[in-house]
Amino acid sequence: MIVRRYAIPNAWDELGRMQRDLDQMMRAFVPDRGRVTPVFPAMNAWTNEDGEIVTAEIPGIDPSAIEISVVNDVLTISGERALPELAEGERYHRRERMNGKFTRSIQLAFPVNVDKVDASYENGVLTIALPRAEADRPRKIAVKNA
Amino acid sequence: MTDQTKTIEVKQENLPAEQTTERIRDRRVYSPRTDIYETANELVVLMDMPGVDEKSLDIVLEKNILTIKAFPAFLHPENHSLAYAEYGEGDFERSFSLSSEINREGIEASVKLGVLTLRLPKAGAAKPQKISVKAG
Repeated sequence: MIVRRYAIPNAWDELGRMQRDLDQMMRAFVPDRGRVTPVFPAMNAWTNEDGEIVTAEIPGIDPSAIEISVVNDVLTISGERALPELAEGERYHRRERMNGKFTRSIQLAFPVNVDKVDASYENGVLTIALPRAEADRPRKIAVKNA
Repeated sequence: MTDQTKTIEVKQENLPAEQTTERIRDRRVYSPRTDIYETANELVVLMDMPGVDEKSLDIVLEKNILTIKAFPAFLHPENHSLAYAEYGEGDFERSFSLSSEINREGIEASVKLGVLTLRLPKAGAAKPQKISVKAG
């Protein structure tokens, strides 16, 4: 006879518990935990079969100074973020924010229709909608009855 | 000029309670990247908080601890799936302990283009004072 001795723990609960434990350990070793993003701006991309939406976190920049270009399936964002100039006698206590010029390119999931690319900027988040190129869309092939 | 500006300590506050308790909101918490600079009259704190507007900010000064919490909204496009991610979605939180040389009543906060600006004016005693010399 097979007897199950222990209730099998729910895998998601277990993972959540492990994550909390790890977070706590990290906090103990690295008290000043920041957003560990080696690149600026950090980008996320959402896709479906009709297109791709790319969001980038670029706080504190004049939206008209952001340059966006698309070549085939490569999206490039560049710009410059200037930090306030300090007068004589003023000084920084902390400098953690990125400053200066930046350029980032990412490969998109598919070639896009460059004429219909749309970008908006709100609260420091740039959102670029890139519809998929017509030529690249999957075509349905009908099966005929012989 | 430099020695006229008196240093005001702003320390990152370690909250021991954070390590033993859990938040109710099920979201990650990030520490926003921060610049702090000091001028003759005030201390200016700049924080990168993409996705945050004036409604999603919560700034509290309790005793000498200034706590900034922000709950940004994130875009989740309909019928799309997340294909690539460099930044996580979460709240922002950071606290600082202020020295007594800050004028607590005069603290101003504004948020623009996802950057929070805090202006902490120095109290009278910490401001550099010019003493004029009379001829005589």
